[in-house]
Amino acid sequence: MKKRLLDIRNLEVGFTVYGGYLKVLNGVHFDMAEGEKVGLVGETGCGKTTTAKSVLKILPVPPAQTTGGTILFKGRDILTMSRNEIRDIHAREISMIFQDPTAALNPVFTIGDQLMTAIKYSNLHDGMSKREIRQKAVQSLKEVQLPDAERILENYPVQLSGGMRQRICIAMALATRSTLLVADEPTTSLDVTIQDQVLRLLGSLIQEKDTSTILITHSLGLVREWTERVYVMYAGVMVETADTAELFKNPLHPYTKGLMAAVPKLTGEGIAAGIEGRIPDYLHPPSGCRFHPRCPSVMDICKKEKPLYFDCGDNHKTACFLYRD
Amino acid sequence: MENIILRAHDLKKHFHTKRGVVRAADGVSFTINEQETLGLVGESGSGKSTVAYTVMGIYPATSGELVFKSQDITGETKKRPKALKQDIQIVFQDPGSSLNPRRTIRQILELPLQVHNTVPKQHRAERIAKLLEMVELPVDFMYKSPPSIGGGERQMIAIARALATDPSFIILDEPTSALDVSVQAKIINKLMDLQKELNLTYMFITHDLSLMRNMASRVAIMYLGKICEIAPTAEFFKNPLHPYTQMLLSSIPVVSEQEEELKPKKVVSTGEIPSPVNVPPGCSFHLRCPRRMEVCSRIDPKIIAPKENHQVRCHLFPGAADG
Repeated sequence: MKKRLLDIRNLEVGFTVYGGYLKVLNGVHFDMAEGEKVGLVGETGCGKTTTAKSVLKILPVPPAQTTGGTILFKGRDILTMSRNEIRDIHAREISMIFQDPTAALNPVFTIGDQLMTAIKYSNLHDGMSKREIRQKAVQSLKEVQLPDAERILENYPVQLSGGMRQRICIAMALATRSTLLVADEPTTSLDVTIQDQVLRLLGSLIQEKDTSTILITHSLGLVREWTERVYVMYAGVMVETADTAELFKNPLHPYTKGLMAAVPKLTGEGIAAGIEGRIPDYLHPPSGCRFHPRCPSVMDICKKEKPLYFDCGDNHKTACFLYRD
Repeated sequence: MENIILRAHDLKKHFHTKRGVVRAADGVSFTINEQETLGLVGESGSGKSTVAYTVMGIYPATSGELVFKSQDITGETKKRPKALKQDIQIVFQDPGSSLNPRRTIRQILELPLQVHNTVPKQHRAERIAKLLEMVELPVDFMYKSPPSIGGGERQMIAIARALATDPSFIILDEPTSALDVSVQAKIINKLMDLQKELNLTYMFITHDLSLMRNMASRVAIMYLGKICEIAPTAEFFKNPLHPYTQMLLSSIPVVSEQEEELKPKKVVSTGEIPSPVNVPPGCSFHLRCPRRMEVCSRIDPKIIAPKENHQVRCHLFPGAADG
């Protein structure tokens, strides 16, 4: 069996805001093995990005507050690490690709400045010379198939297109040879043909470097094509997890089912009704299972108790009382 | 033969900028029949919104002809008669910015009634309640303001506002792309119900082809200000002719095996949409085309119809280089 890389248990994160306390992550469980490609799928505001940012410990404190749980990365708890340790983790272990490449790149520094800084700190002990760092930067731009890498190093982010900028973010994330890559909606701001190109590139680079990856997205289609295992998240809880093929064949949680039915299909059979209601208000989250006000098969127990994970065989778990037995 | 509600012929909209002329719409021709949904697909920068805004009268056309219900509407947009403005409405992409956050829903829905004076003052509240009912929102939403309601509900309000003047033609400019799928499903279904109920004609703009498959009756695909292919939906997806259409279709991520089989064989997508200031010579797609030929970089293909109802603008089909 492969070594466990990341193990999140019962993570609770909230935000203090004007008007109260938003309890966003309500006991998140997540684990992945080394080399795995895991998808994290859910709708806007379900806590996907909060989870990812917790792993990198980059949520602004305050307003963010972690009130419980552990995040074990290679057996060490990220939550108790010092600033210096976290910086080392960022430099060498975990990289992140953000949704919006325009916001992720600093507009007043050239691509070269930013890319070379990332490389410099990723190899603190290698003592690379400036020229070597530059060569490495050029090479990593070539890896993401950007033509004319030398020129791009001198460019500012505004001089490049959205697809190119996202490729630079990918180059930056992969140049450091991190163990874990967190890709947060890496292609949402791109067109479908560009999305396809960027993902194919990302896919082949991860394969080549054997990087463990978490792909965060709201697109079920992307998850199906790019991951091995999936977590479905709703309102700060992982409601279901299974191997990708199994999940798409046999979704169990009513939320997953509703979500899958709501995706428009190429077969053109019309669109299911969607899910009634909307994502809960985190100031006053529903009691018990957070999905119960929208759930078509709600029972009495759902309103009172928070469901645990019920094992449904084949690596398939779901937090729903329908599967108690 | 169905009645044509809107006909665009060789419609052009050019913008003059410091860097040169942007040919956002460059000779677009199409027709929309009554009570159908024409889907307009394309990547960002392909000019689909420009076409919509020109029809809407937000931009005056540079040249070409727009005929709505046998009335020429190409000319000066500010002089459009009110009755025409009443008949053509639009729903924008982002309800967060298309609804004034400082107005109540009641004020938002009342404005079109005031401007067009279609409903006497004492009946307006009633009419607003009716509009809310049409989009399945409770009547007390009248007293709320846009920031206090969810994104899906806001888009429903934007739809209600478009319906306020009893239009026959509505432009839907990516009405659900800012929303989640579970909410999108509800809005799309509502739009389709309303279309049947009120005999509406839609021009539906999106970049989501799977959504288009379920919503449109005919699909037109745009690339750099020109229409590449136009066909009835079922035919379009079963038998895409233009290499660009094939590339787009094979790039969509899908959720089931059945869908996978419907996609054309993997066409590897390459390149990006060029800047519309520097449109490549000949066929504007030739730089990215997997099947380009020598002629493609020289002659811009004409739109031709290899089959009935199925038009394509590509040199792979005989006749495209003529004239």
